Amino acid sequence: MTNGWVDMKNTDMMLIMGGNPAENHPCGFKWPVEAKRTRNAKIISVDPRFTRTSAVADLFCQIRAGTDIAFLGGVVHYAMENNRIAKDYLVNYTNAAFLVKSDFKLPADTDGVFSGFDAKTQSYDKSTWNYAGTGGGRGSDAAHPPSGSAPPAPRLPEKVEFDLSLQNPNCVFQLLKKHYSRYTPEMVERITGIPKEQFLKAADLYTSIRKDGDMKKAGTIIYAVGWTQHSFGTQIIRTAAILQLLLGNVGRAGGGVNALRGHSNIQGATDMAGIFDNLPGYLKVPTPADTSFDSWMKRITPTPSKPAPWDSFNYWSNTPKFAVSYLKALYGDAAAKQNEWAFDYLPKVDRNYSWVQLWDNMYNGIVKGMFAFGMNGVAIGPDSKKNIDALKKADWLVVGEIYPDETSEFWKSPGISTDEMKQIQTTVYRLPCAGFAEKDGSFTNSARWLLWKNTALPMPGDCRTDQGIVAQIFLKIRELYKKDGGKFPDPVLNLTWNYSVPSNPPLAEVLKEINGKALADLEDPATKQQVKAGQQVPGFAWLKDDGTTSCGNWIYSGSFTEAGNQTARRDPSDPSNLGIHPGWGWSWPANRRVMYNRASCDVDGKPWDPTRKQVWWNESTQKWTGNDVVDFKIDSKPKDHMGPFIMNPEGVGRIFGPLAAFADGPLPEHYEPIESPIDNPLHPEQTHNPVVKRFKTPDDKYGTPKDGYTVVCTTYRLTELYHYWTKNNPMNVQLIPEPFVEISAEMAQEMGLTGGEKVKVSSIRGEYIAKAMVTKRIKAMMIDGKKIYQIGIPIHQGYRGIAEDEGKDARTLVNLLTPTVFDPNAYTPEFKGFLVKLEKA
Amino acid sequence: MSQEILRIQKISGHAGTVPGEDTQREYKVSKLIDTTTCIGCKACEVACMEWNDLPFGETVFNNTYQTMPETRWNYWNLILFNEHEREDGTLMWLMRKNQCMHCAEPGCLAACPADGAIVQYTNGIVDFQQANCIGCGYCITGCPFDIPKMNPKTNRVFKCTLCTDRVSEGLEPACIKSCPTGCLHFGSKDDMKFLAEGRAKQLRDHSNFPNAGVYDPPGVGGTGVIYVLHDATRPELYGGLPKDPRIPWTVKLWKGPLKWLGNVAMVGGLIGLFVHYLRFGPKDRKDEDIHPGGEKS
Repeated sequence: MTNGWVDMKNTDMMLIMGGNPAENHPCGFKWPVEAKRTRNAKIISVDPRFTRTSAVADLFCQIRAGTDIAFLGGVVHYAMENNRIAKDYLVNYTNAAFLVKSDFKLPADTDGVFSGFDAKTQSYDKSTWNYAGTGGGRGSDAAHPPSGSAPPAPRLPEKVEFDLSLQNPNCVFQLLKKHYSRYTPEMVERITGIPKEQFLKAADLYTSIRKDGDMKKAGTIIYAVGWTQHSFGTQIIRTAAILQLLLGNVGRAGGGVNALRGHSNIQGATDMAGIFDNLPGYLKVPTPADTSFDSWMKRITPTPSKPAPWDSFNYWSNTPKFAVSYLKALYGDAAAKQNEWAFDYLPKVDRNYSWVQLWDNMYNGIVKGMFAFGMNGVAIGPDSKKNIDALKKADWLVVGEIYPDETSEFWKSPGISTDEMKQIQTTVYRLPCAGFAEKDGSFTNSARWLLWKNTALPMPGDCRTDQGIVAQIFLKIRELYKKDGGKFPDPVLNLTWNYSVPSNPPLAEVLKEINGKALADLEDPATKQQVKAGQQVPGFAWLKDDGTTSCGNWIYSGSFTEAGNQTARRDPSDPSNLGIHPGWGWSWPANRRVMYNRASCDVDGKPWDPTRKQVWWNESTQKWTGNDVVDFKIDSKPKDHMGPFIMNPEGVGRIFGPLAAFADGPLPEHYEPIESPIDNPLHPEQTHNPVVKRFKTPDDKYGTPKDGYTVVCTTYRLTELYHYWTKNNPMNVQLIPEPFVEISAEMAQEMGLTGGEKVKVSSIRGEYIAKAMVTKRIKAMMIDGKKIYQIGIPIHQGYRGIAEDEGKDARTLVNLLTPTVFDPNAYTPEFKGFLVKLEKA
Repeated sequence: MSQEILRIQKISGHAGTVPGEDTQREYKVSKLIDTTTCIGCKACEVACMEWNDLPFGETVFNNTYQTMPETRWNYWNLILFNEHEREDGTLMWLMRKNQCMHCAEPGCLAACPADGAIVQYTNGIVDFQQANCIGCGYCITGCPFDIPKMNPKTNRVFKCTLCTDRVSEGLEPACIKSCPTGCLHFGSKDDMKFLAEGRAKQLRDHSNFPNAGVYDPPGVGGTGVIYVLHDATRPELYGGLPKDPRIPWTVKLWKGPLKWLGNVAMVGGLIGLFVHYLRFGPKDRKDEDIHPGGEKS
């Protein structure tokens, strides 16, 4: 989230889409409710079905799964047509005024793709996706590891041409206008199935906060995996960001683009490099093309790219400090200037190691074994059958869990005969792990707050902590390397492992290591403040690129200082009453609760809304100050016109995402899900996201309406159950005893189906059997002139649980239905909006 | 012990005075359920089960998110889910937490013939004392909200206690404690009424609910559990919440005129007996009379 849960109480308007927080985040949902109660804030709920969130919303629109860009693009169009935009914010805080190279072409002009598309390789030459200007700064063109020996990537210009009147046809604003002029209410209706009048009500209500250009009110956009789990998921979120920049909602209390995370620590997993192309703190991984530390740094450290009269902080210019400190944390004394900070020890990532790809590799015999901790790989899919087939081919599987689950019992999945079971040679090791209440550590919540938790219960029996298991495996491997040597033992032998209990590292010590410490005496030249060698650093501003600091993750620096474990703080006070709670836990970065908060002020440094003062320019001290931690260069005078989006080399928010920022386009375009009931009404010849690739194993099949798969299906969770765990808990099973499929009353009538009867849902990949829930909460839709039914399936059951063990349900997994295909930017699989057919079982 | 007795202001099936009759409490306690901010998460159902140590039971999918069709003797707190299409075509998914309403004039207590099986405390909580229950089930017919349920095995009737054990220790009921959105509130009846009326007005003024209002039915003297409803003119949409609940006429008749008649008949009988004695004197003992010991005398 740019903002946070508690901050939602400050909002005037909520667009909740691609998420169902009342269902999945009931505790956090108290803040939207608070905003309703205390500010008369409105909720607009846009969802494939009427949900628990819709039940307390002021307006509901039923959308076809996978058409969110069309809806949001329509709202962008509406806001521009009706002049409900934040003009000053747009001109000064976004790249709306920047000029784009004249040879850049929009999909409207190039058959549904952006300029530079190569159909043969299904990829883009992105050199036209650039600003017009002079000078060659290095761009943030490092989002994706180049494959093979690609030519040097193009760079952002140092001095960008611009037009503050926003009239130049090549300026970002005009391109945006032109691009979304096609997203008329009629087109939105054709694609999304939301009747025009209903869409206009939603567009009018959401943009009403910017009526007559008044800047006081703030609107927030709240989403979850309903947006990310598409073959264009990143671009949906981009559209939301564009809309929020257009309306001047980013950086402001009650505003922002807010992702709700689906587990208590998903944010933490992402921050700590849960994705293969990041190192902790979102440093880009080195690739084989990075032949030295310097060349790696040169590639991933941007230089400013902005209109000449403006200033840009370009905070990522500090990348070398974060990278050197990270290597010092990993390798200690073995990382020195002479050996380029042990850069050679870091693995160079040469291919896609994302989730779906890993299973594909296992299926194809490339990956031979798997450690599965804290996740049920077979169940969470997509395409569970492919994952089960992949595990059959693996040599070994280690599962650390609190229950026997579908993954550790993959060989017992329904449909495998006893004879077949005997043929499966995979060795399965099942390790009993501690549950979340049986270990301490920190959670990083959706709001970026790190919150320490204590152990509540002792571990039962022979259970171990996850880190204890990993540590013992590591120590054994290190011992073997020590004894037998190997091709390249140095990274293993020189890894720092200075824990008081090496075989079970205390997590507080790990957090201290992540925070970082001084390796030599340090002094801040401005304040004369000193940090002695061996002391914890107070924050990432202290990190150095000369080897005198170590830090495991720069964005977490400040979480465990000499003052102690900041994440364990529990001071509930909130002096500003803005939900900042500066003494409660610790929020990255630098205990800041709302990111980009400089944008909460006008160009002169005065808050847009004096009743919600976050930060402001103090004329007498010539410094920025505020209730929240200022997200800006503290002494940058407003007249210097430094942009508030300090993490971008431009200093401003990106409406246009230049160069390699995104794999599939600098502006979001609506493409259909990989399985879609219609051709793309915008350009029928280019229905899908052009860079999305299909997989090729016999298990990878993609259905079409011609094959009889005409019903749009989406999947989701329920409040009563937690992922695939709680089917082992009798209380949860009592609340939702059986799997079900939500079906519209009209469709049920057509099929002669009554609620409670069993149905079989089939995709081209598999079948799911459950009882029908016939409801008014999903309705038939008119999509591009065709009547389309949409159904929804909660994900929680499988073939291992209380009801499953008693044989009370069909023991099928929802993800037997879902396709193997993923978003080209974040690699998230497309669990939402695939095609099925439905019959009585 | 003595304090507990003093807190009782009504007792079922009881002749004579009630210990707490003359004691004064500053306020009645009350639970406010704002159905317009309820998300049906069932945290209150789970909290009720856990606090009261109620056992897990079997449930069956019934074409709804609702856990079971109605409350059970060992499941006192149930959210009712109802889909409702408004006249303008928009849909509402109404969720109402159902439990004992703790009426000021409780039909169950009125109907109960067993001395001390149902009591009403001076703070307004209506509580069943299973030790005194005779299993007649009259309370079930006496309740206009269909709340008390019989355990068929023990023949005793149970329902929500408003967590009287927690409340008497100064805590809020378990369901209130667990509510994540704050749609549940607990406090004095006056405070809850004030809060509820304010919320209803907010809904009338700022949302598309011109008929929003507070449910506190006068037919049972008002309730210790009050609701904010989107449409207070149609409470029956919320899983059959009665529009004008009253103590059933049979109970009223039985406990009112019929009881009076019964008393008259009983007193009449006694008078008759006395007159008979005066007129005929004591009955002569005959040889064939049976001795209390069963032997012939």
